Amino acid sequence: MTKKEALYTYLLRLGDNALIQSHRLSEWCSKGPILEEDLALTNIALDYIGRAQNLLHYAGTVEARGSSADDLAYRRPEQAYLNNLIAELPKGDFAFTIAKQLFIATFEMLLYTELCHSKDETIAGIAGKAIKEVRYHWTHARDWCYRLGKGTILSNVKLQNAINDLWMYTKEHFEMDATENLLFSEGIACDNQALQAKWTGMIKEILAASNIVVPENTYMQTGGRNGVHTEYIGHILSEMQYLQRAYPDATW
Amino acid sequence: MVNTTWNRADILSLLSEIKDPEIPVVSIEEMGMLRDVILSENNCEVLLTPTYTGCPAMGIIEQDILSALNKAGIANPKVTMILAPAWTTDWMSESTKEKLVQFGIAAPVHSSCINWLSPKNVSVSCPKCASTNTQIVSLFGSTACKSLHTCKDCQEPFDNFKCH
Repeated sequence: MTKKEALYTYLLRLGDNALIQSHRLSEWCSKGPILEEDLALTNIALDYIGRAQNLLHYAGTVEARGSSADDLAYRRPEQAYLNNLIAELPKGDFAFTIAKQLFIATFEMLLYTELCHSKDETIAGIAGKAIKEVRYHWTHARDWCYRLGKGTILSNVKLQNAINDLWMYTKEHFEMDATENLLFSEGIACDNQALQAKWTGMIKEILAASNIVVPENTYMQTGGRNGVHTEYIGHILSEMQYLQRAYPDATW
Repeated sequence: MVNTTWNRADILSLLSEIKDPEIPVVSIEEMGMLRDVILSENNCEVLLTPTYTGCPAMGIIEQDILSALNKAGIANPKVTMILAPAWTTDWMSESTKEKLVQFGIAAPVHSSCINWLSPKNVSVSCPKCASTNTQIVSLFGSTACKSLHTCKDCQEPFDNFKCH
């Protein structure tokens, strides 16, 4: 694997996580539990789509085959998508979305803090923007965890169930393979594994303060970052890519 | 067309007339989005930095810049988005913040006032009655860059430009 190939794969992983996460959050549009949350979740989706655009644009530049960010978003099949599985899981109820947000935003707080120091200037530039936005995503998810966890018995149970169901998908963030190892040794990517202890500490603190029990590590599911997905990715893409598939090259 | 009759300062002052479409009282220069102009005899490149990566106003601002430059007869205008250094509300001057307050938007605090790993609700002053007896309603308001608050004294709901 060349450095260029590794960088392309790495950018797709980062970019696809942002794109798929954005799509799931945008599904809350006009369906939020209250108007303010409708706005909050869709505003967060907007931050993610901006980040996805930057990362996929850069991926296309690195690949140097003339792919634009839109080509990468709308013309790749499921198995070419390299997002983590947690991003593609259905939005579920509000507690499920908040639990997803908490797990993802906590990881991204750590990841993008590190990537601000990447030796790749474009990645460092994107990370410098992303971290400012992620801080608000994280605060939003954390505060809702407190409210749901310490709210009514029903809201506590719903959050606890969501945390339990999602726990098996939380380890994929911290995986390292030849791609990341190569880029880490070049000072471009960060060591995902090194973030795990800090992530676990932050999550435990928030869950304890929300009267939520931290699940045990049992079987931990992975696959998305290597293109092995749940069935849900197909459903997302069939909606997201419909227009470009039905009317190739359609533009505004 | 040649750009010899213009200099960098002229172009910057021309572009400083362009307002943020979401907040029509402040210009893109006051917001800190307009970073620089690189002028040569045959080209004019405007360096612009986005406030938020997904901000839908950026496309409108880019169009506004291009049409202002075309109208002034400047050859080959082009807008380049730059991400670093990342935009921050700390670049707003005190007078810009005052304009926001006059418009009804509470101004952002300095980024050094916030501990990002344990953010507490910083007290935000009501732009109508200046009371600090206010509460946050939502971290995300009418746009991603603003949070939504209510004043407990005058009951006014208002936006706060978030520290970024």
